[in-house]
Parts: sequence; C-alpha cells; structure tokens
Amino acid sequence: MAERAAAPGARKGFSLPQVPKILVYGVGFVPAVWLFYQGINDRLGADPMRYLEQALGLWALRFLIATLAITPLRQLFAVNLLRYRRALGLLAFYYALLHLLTYLVLDQGLDLAAIGADIVKRPYITIGMATFVILVPLALTSTNAAIRRMGGQAWARLHRLVYVAAIGAVLHFILVVKSWPPEPLVYAAIVTGLLGYRLVHSLGRKAAPRRRPA
Amino acid sequence: MLIRRSSDILPSEITPRNVYLSRRQWMAGAAGLALAAALPEGLRAAPLSASKSSFSTDEKLTSREDVTSYNNYYEFGVDKSDPAENAGTLKTSPWTIKIDGLVGKPQEIGIEDLIKSSALEERIYRMRCVEGWSMVIPWVGFPLADLVKRVEPLGSAKYAAFETANRPSEMPGLRSIFPVLDWPYREGLRLDEAMHPLTILAVGLYGETLPNQNGAPIRLVVPWKYGFKGIKSITRISFVEKQPETAWNKQAPNEYGFYANVNPHVDHPRWSQATERRIGEGGLFVKRRPTLMFNGYAEQVAGLYSGMDLRKFY
Repeated sequence: MAERAAAPGARKGFSLPQVPKILVYGVGFVPAVWLFYQGINDRLGADPMRYLEQALGLWALRFLIATLAITPLRQLFAVNLLRYRRALGLLAFYYALLHLLTYLVLDQGLDLAAIGADIVKRPYITIGMATFVILVPLALTSTNAAIRRMGGQAWARLHRLVYVAAIGAVLHFILVVKSWPPEPLVYAAIVTGLLGYRLVHSLGRKAAPRRRPA
Repeated sequence: MLIRRSSDILPSEITPRNVYLSRRQWMAGAAGLALAAALPEGLRAAPLSASKSSFSTDEKLTSREDVTSYNNYYEFGVDKSDPAENAGTLKTSPWTIKIDGLVGKPQEIGIEDLIKSSALEERIYRMRCVEGWSMVIPWVGFPLADLVKRVEPLGSAKYAAFETANRPSEMPGLRSIFPVLDWPYREGLRLDEAMHPLTILAVGLYGETLPNQNGAPIRLVVPWKYGFKGIKSITRISFVEKQPETAWNKQAPNEYGFYANVNPHVDHPRWSQATERRIGEGGLFVKRRPTLMFNGYAEQVAGLYSGMDLRKFY
C-alpha cells in the first residue's frame, strides 16, 4: 500500500480539485473543537461526559473508515484521494487519543485501580485499549522519513495493522451497547465491506498470473 | 383623612384563606386545562396534587429538564434523546389497564378512574440505571400494593407480570426491521416485591402528569432495582404462578436478571456496577460516586432476599 502518486491508477483517475492537506486537518478537527466548546458551555445534554466520550470514539471510527475507503475508491471508481490518506489516518489516531483521554481523565478520574480492573475484566475496554495500542506505531511511522527508513514494503506490512484496528474498533463499539441497536451494526457492515473487498481483491490477484513482483 | 379601620370589615365578609386559595388553585387548574386542550397530545401536563411521603430522600433533585430529556424508552429509539423527540405520537388518552390472571376481581381500569380513586403521594426516589448513571426524581404515584389489594390476588398468584403498550403505529421502535427487544416490553415482580410499600405506580413527576417519554400515563417505579425494571406505559398486569418472562432478561439472560436489584458487588458482565454518575452533577467533570447496595434502600428491602445468593439471582 506504499503510496506514491505515480501509481498507475492515479493518473487516469477522476480528477478532483486538489486542496491543501492542512485543510483536511482543519476541517477534521471541527467536530472536536465543537464538542469541547459545547461541553464547556454545558450543551451536551444531561450526561455531557458520556456524550463527549462516545462522540470522540465515533469520530475516530469514522476517520478510520475514511482511511480504509481510499484504496477501494481508487481501484473501483478511479477516485484518487491518496494524498489525503495520511491526514485521515492521523485524524483517526488523534480522535482515538482524545476518546481515550476522556475515558481516563473525565470518566474514570484517573482512578488507576478502576482503569486497570476495566482493562483486565471488560473485553470491550481490553479491545479498545489494544486497538489504540495498534494505532500508536502507525501514527509514529506516518512520516516520509519513516517510510524511507523502513522501506516501502516493510512499512506497508506494518500499516496493514490498520485492518486489525478497524476490526477492534467496531467490536469495541458493539460490545459497549445494550442489545443490538442498528448504529454499531451499520459501522460493522461498512468495515466488513472495506476489508472484504481487500480480501477478494488480493485473492483475485493471487489467482491471476503476476505481472510484477509483489 | 378617613382611615378605615380594620374593624369596619365584618368577620363574615372575610373570605376564608382556604376558600380563596382553592379558588386560585381552581383558576390555575382551569387555565391549565384550557392550555392543555390547545396543545397536541403528549405535550399535556396537568398538575397533580400529592401528599408528602417519609420514603422520600432529601437529596438534590435532578432537574426536570434532565429527567425528561435523557431517557431509555427503546420503543421510541435507542438514543437517550429519542424518546423526548418521538414519544409525542403515543396516545395516552383514553387508556385502560387490563388486570387478569390469578385474581378474584379481574378488570379493566381507566387511567382517570385509577388516579381519582388513589391517594397520590410524592415519592422522591433515587433511580439507578443499569448503564451506570443515576438521578433523583420526584415521582407522583401510589403504592402498587393498593391496586393489588383491590383486585384480590388468589393464593396461587406468586408474581405480577407487566406489559407495555404494543402499538407499532405509535412507536417507531416497534416498526424497526432490527427489533432491539422482543416486543412488547415486559417486566415482572415477585408478589412480595409488588406489595412492598416502596414499590409505586407513578402517574406523574415534578407535580404534573408524566411526560410520554417518562412512561405516560402510568409506569412502575421500584427504587431498589435497576431502572429497566420500571416498565413504562403499562396496559396490562397479570397475576401468575410462575416467574414471568421479562424483556431484557429474554434479550440477554446473562446480563439482565429477573431480580435486577442494584448491587455494587455484582458487575454487569461487560461493565462495573461499583460506581455511578449522578446526572446533572459536575457536567463534563462529573465525579463518580459509589453505588449503594439496593440503591440505598437496603434497610427497607434487604429482608425480601434473606438467604438468597444475590450473585446467582442477580
């Protein structure tokens, strides 16, 4: 998945007007700023901490999904948004970090005993934590320098962990709700679709004679 | 200057205080009724007069705004704000409750008759949700025991089974292609729990009839149990011999027991029940408080469960 704009699919793609990447970060942080603004002004409803915690987690998942949508969009619809993928992935990480900080500080009040018990005893917390831990090395190796240092292939292999993170994120969501409400199931279906597409695509490639070394 | 002395007014001309007060009350009531008639169904809130109760807590009340906007009533959606937005479609008048099963006097009671014939009390209770948050709510209602006695349960009746209205046309949650629960919502109590003086049927809160999102026109309140036991918009109460099926227990038996007594020592399989967040306390910086055994009502109710393993009968 090493991304170079010179990839074959890129040029014939449907050309969208290019916007500066900084704008993606700018727009991406709007929900967080808005949430904190509303939270401080007591406009997040009766249970503001829980609202903030859930909303930040949901935005992390949405950005993770956006990151995973880049490749299928390019391969299936020739829409090339590759240059924004790093920004989207990092936004997913920053939202996951804010979500985690909200849990640690506002929800649990940094009660380490309670947090430790949660991590050990509650599968949804265990999975949530593990998902965050997976995202850390991906965020740390998101620079051009890291890609050069690691080499494209090793970097790409490491970054396939994002698939595991996506599965972890939806499981975490499903396990935290009562019964089977539609919203987490819809997100699970989207992630299944995005990962299933890759599986089918890679099986297809393996079946066909290779033209280029992998 | 002529100053009229008070003695010029004959005592017989003075309107007694209780008369003019009641006239004010009547006028306020009449104004309220006129206003209510102009409002769409579901937004009507009529004042209820109720006597105080020694069972009430003196803890700080959760605001009316929070009590009526943060609700779990899955018939109207799974988000906390959904019931306040959607429950207006529920037609709460006319409303009857069917009482059947093992009773000497099976009957259908209209809600107005039931309210008129009951001595309403204000009961300020803590409400602990199984999700880990709590409120303090000034309910208006009457002991369920009063109604139970009136219908004369037979000796063989061991449980009371409750049912919520089952109206897909008025309840969007019942039309969903992915039903969250096996509708209609059902709940149950052992007969001694139903007869306990703390157990009430609530018809109002904050001195007015219940808003739809809180379970209008009549709901169960069992303050030492998790909130989901407090079945809303009741249309049927059956007296039965065997422990009845209940909605959440049927959905996930390992997570939601029949008893569902608030218990900080028995965790939900997916989260701790040791602490809770009191809604309206601290906003974004809410501090968790320890959850109390039987939600702080242990003194009154612990005896109901003596000898029972509460880890097994959660």
